[in-house]
Amino acid sequence: MRELKTISISQDQDVVAARAASRELAKSLGFGAADQTRLATAVSELTRNILRYAKKGECHIEDETDDLRAGIRVVVEDQGPGIPDLDRAMEDGFTTGGGLGAGLPGTKRLVHDFDIQSRPGHTKISIRMFSKKRAAAPKALYAIAGRSR
Amino acid sequence: MTIPILKLHDTLLTSIQVELTDDDALEFQADVLDKIRTTEAEGLVIDITALEVVDSYLARILNDTATMAKLLGTETVICGMQPAVSLTLVEMGRQLIGVESALNLDQAMEKVEILLAERANGERGL
Repeated sequence: MRELKTISISQDQDVVAARAASRELAKSLGFGAADQTRLATAVSELTRNILRYAKKGECHIEDETDDLRAGIRVVVEDQGPGIPDLDRAMEDGFTTGGGLGAGLPGTKRLVHDFDIQSRPGHTKISIRMFSKKRAAAPKALYAIAGRSR
Repeated sequence: MTIPILKLHDTLLTSIQVELTDDDALEFQADVLDKIRTTEAEGLVIDITALEVVDSYLARILNDTATMAKLLGTETVICGMQPAVSLTLVEMGRQLIGVESALNLDQAMEKVEILLAERANGERGL
C-alpha cells in the first residue's frame, strides 16, 4: 500500500483540495464517473466534519490497488472531542452541526467499506472503494494481442 | 469568490463554474438574495453544470436559497446537475433534494416561465 498524499485540514479550502485529490486518484485508477463523484463527496463530508467538530485534522489518501482490483483508501483523523454517541451519529437525520443529518450515514452508503473509531481526543474514519475490474491492462498485453490502444 | 448574477427579463441567471468552499457558498446565497431585492426579479435559475461535487452542505445551501427566494416571492429552478451528482445525492439521502430542477438552461428558463404563469393564474383565481 502506498500513501500518496496527506492533506492537512484546517480551513475550508482544504476540504476542496482533499476531494479534488481523491477524485483525481480515482480517475487515474480507472474508476467511473459515478464512483469518482461518490468518493469525492464522501471525502468532502468527512473532511468538513473535521473542521466543524475538531477544527483541524488530516486526510490521508492511499492507493490500495493490487493484482485483482483497483482500490483507494482514505483515512481522516483528528484530535478533537470525539463523537459522544456513535450509534446515534450513524442514524439518518441525526445532527448536532446544523447540517441535514445525512453526513455519516450518507457517506457510509457511498463507499464499499466504512470504519469509524472515536474516543475523546482521537477520531479516525477509514473508507475504501474498489473497482470490480483491474484498472488498466499493461500496454504490453495489447501489443501481444496485436491490438493498439 | 464572486459568482456573477445576470438579469434576463424578470429572471436572475447564475452559473456556478468553480468548486465552492463553504464560505463561498454562503456568500453566494447572500449575493443572490440581495440581487433579488435590488432587481425585484421573479425568477431565479442556478446552473450547476460545472459542479462535480454537491455534498450535504451545498445541497442544504441550495435548498435553503430556493426557500429563501420563495419567501421573497421568487421562483427558483436549478439546472445542469451532472448525472453522477444526482445519483450520489439520492444515495446519500432523499431529504437532500427539495428544489425545482431542469435538465439544462433552456428547460430551466421554460420552467420558470411556467411556474410564474401558474402563480399568475392562481392569483387571478383560475
